[in-house]
Amino acid sequence: MSYFVDEKGYYGAFGGAWIPEMMQANVSELQERYLEIMATEEFRREFDLLMKDYVGRPSPLYEAPRLSAYYGSRIFLKREDLNHTGSHKLNNTIGQVLLAQKLGKTRIIAETGAGQHGLATATVCALKGLPCVVYMGALDVKRQEPNVRKMKMLGAEVIPVTSGNQTLKDATNEAMRDWINHPEDTHYIIGSVVGPHPYPDMVARFQSVISEEMKRQLQEQTGSGFPTRVMACVGGGSNAAGAFYHYLDHPEVELIGVEAAGKGADTPETAATLAVGSPGVLHAAHTILMQNNDGQITEPYSISAGLDYPGIGPLHAHLFKTGRASYLHATDQETLQAALLLTRLEGIIPALESAHALAALPKIPLRTGDITVICLSGRGDKDMQTYLDAYGY
Amino acid sequence: MHNRINELFSRKSHHILSVYFTAGYPRLEDTVPIIELLEQNGVDLVEIGMPFSDPTADGPVIQKSSDSALKNGMSLEVLFHQLENIRERVSIPLLLMGYVNPVLQYGVERFCRQCRQSGIDGIILPDLPPQEYLTHFRPFFEENNLHHIFLITPQSSEARIRELDALGSGFLYMVSSASTTGATKKAEEFSHEYFTRVEKLGLQNPRLIGFGISDKSTFEKACKYAPGAIIGSAFVKALGQPLPLEQTIGKFVKEIKE
Repeated sequence: MSYFVDEKGYYGAFGGAWIPEMMQANVSELQERYLEIMATEEFRREFDLLMKDYVGRPSPLYEAPRLSAYYGSRIFLKREDLNHTGSHKLNNTIGQVLLAQKLGKTRIIAETGAGQHGLATATVCALKGLPCVVYMGALDVKRQEPNVRKMKMLGAEVIPVTSGNQTLKDATNEAMRDWINHPEDTHYIIGSVVGPHPYPDMVARFQSVISEEMKRQLQEQTGSGFPTRVMACVGGGSNAAGAFYHYLDHPEVELIGVEAAGKGADTPETAATLAVGSPGVLHAAHTILMQNNDGQITEPYSISAGLDYPGIGPLHAHLFKTGRASYLHATDQETLQAALLLTRLEGIIPALESAHALAALPKIPLRTGDITVICLSGRGDKDMQTYLDAYGY
Repeated sequence: MHNRINELFSRKSHHILSVYFTAGYPRLEDTVPIIELLEQNGVDLVEIGMPFSDPTADGPVIQKSSDSALKNGMSLEVLFHQLENIRERVSIPLLLMGYVNPVLQYGVERFCRQCRQSGIDGIILPDLPPQEYLTHFRPFFEENNLHHIFLITPQSSEARIRELDALGSGFLYMVSSASTTGATKKAEEFSHEYFTRVEKLGLQNPRLIGFGISDKSTFEKACKYAPGAIIGSAFVKALGQPLPLEQTIGKFVKEIKE
C-alpha cells in the first residue's frame, strides 16, 4: 500500500486535478516543475537557511511534564507554535514563494481561514518584496482580527469574502477566481494539503520538516525515533500531513487526526468532514466532503476558523479509507476546556485549531509506557477574543 | 449518430447565438418557459445551467443566480422532471452546463441516460478535465449520444488545443480572455492575436466564443472569428429584472440580433 501520490496525482481513489481549463496552464506548469525545482541545490540551500534563521527551526520537541502526569502517560509537544508568525504555516509559504520566484511569478495570492496562512503568506511576500492579496471570509475577518491587522501592516491587501458562510471555503473559491483572472503573473499559495495536484503533495513535502525533526528529536530524547502515536488537528490537514509524513510507512506508529466537531458531529453544526462526509469533488480534488444528496456542498461550522472547512486533503481521505490513520473529532466545548488545561498545566496558550488535538487525549486509552506526540500547530494569540468570551479572560 | 448540435453547425456557419441561463432562476418554474422563449426569439442553442453551491469559474452574476436557484429548490432531480417533455415543445439543440460534483452524486451513468431521455445534446462541465473524462465519463457520454464540450483559453498551448479538439465533439468553447464568467469587456479589448491564432489551426470542431460576450458589439466582434458566440451573465442579469419573461427575453435577443 502506498501512502504517497502517484504519477497521476492520486492517493488511491482521491486527488487529481479537477480544474477548469482556465487554470490548466498554471497547474500543469507546477505539476511538471515542482519536484525538479525543489530538488535543486540552490533551492534546498535557500529553503534550509530560511527555515533555520528566519522561521527559527528546528522547533523544540517539548516533553510536557504536568500534562503527562495529568494523563499518566508521556506526552510530547512539537512546538510549531514557536515558529515565526506563530504556526506551522510558514514552512509551506517559504517553500512556495521560492518556487513562485523560480517560475517567474510576480504576484502572490492566498486564501485564509484563521488568518495564520494569510499571515504566513503576507510575511514571505514582505520578505521577498512581492505584492500579496489575501482572501478571507468576512466572518473570519471579524473573529481573527489580530491577524488581519498584522497582514495589513505587512503590506498585504486583505479582501473580505461575503459569499456562502463567509469562511474558508468561500475564501478559497474567491482565490481560485482571482487566479483564473490573473493567469500570467500570479502564483496561488494554497495553505493546506488541498486543491489540485500537485498542491497536496507539494504542501505535504514542505510541511514534512515537522516529522523529520520529530524523529531526530525523539531519538535523542527517548532513544527511539518512533513514538507510540502522533496526533494532530485536521481541517484541510497540512500540519497533520507534515507530522505524519515520515511515519506513513511505519505502521507501528499510530496516526490520529482530530477534526472539529463544532457543536457535535451528530448535529448540523459541525466541520467533522470524515465523520459525516462522502466522496466528491471540491476545490479541484476528488476527496471526502460535506454535501447534501444533490451534491451541493453544505456549510460547515466550527469555533475554530482554521478547521471550519467542508473538505479534507485527499491524502487524509486515503489514510482514512485504508485505515492507516484514524480520525477522531472534538467539540467546541471540549476544545475550549483542553486549551485552558494546557495553559494552566504547561503555561502554553494554544491556538484553537491545535487545542482540538489536545481535546482528543481523553478519548484515547493512554498506557503508562506510551509516547504520544502532539503537533502543537499554532499559538493562541489570535484566539484571545474567543477565550475571553468563553472564560472572561 | 444524429445530434442536433452537428445539424446546427452543418446548417449555419455564422452568427450562431447560444444563450446560457441558470435553471430555476429567477423562479423555480421558469426553466421551460425560458427555453421556449429563447427558441421563439431565434436563439440557435441553449445552455441550461445546473446550479452549484461553489461555482469557482463564475463571476458574481452567475454565483447569485445559482444561489437563488438552489434556494428555490433546484436540483438535478427537479431539473430532469421539468425537462421531461421539453422535446415536444422545443427543437433547437440543448446543453447542460455546470460543475462535476452534482453529476457525480447523481451518478454519471444515470445522468447521461436521463440527458438522452430528455433530449439533451451536449454537456459542458468546466471542472471535468480530459484525464478524468477519459477514465470515468466517456463511455457513458458516447452511449447516450452526448457531446462533451471542452473549453480552450488564451493560455492553452497549441498542443493542448489540438488534444482537446481531438477528444471533444460538438464544438469547442473558446473562452474569450483570462477571466471568470461575466467579465465586462469592450469589443476592442478582445485579443485579435488569440482569435486568429486559433482560427488558423484548422480544427475539426467548430468554435463558439464565450465569457465576456454581453451585447451586440461584443457578439458581432466574436462572430468575425468564429461561427458564433455564447452569452451568459448578461442574459442572467437581464432575467433579474422584475418584468414578464416574454418582454425581457424578446427585448434582449432582439438587441443582440438586430
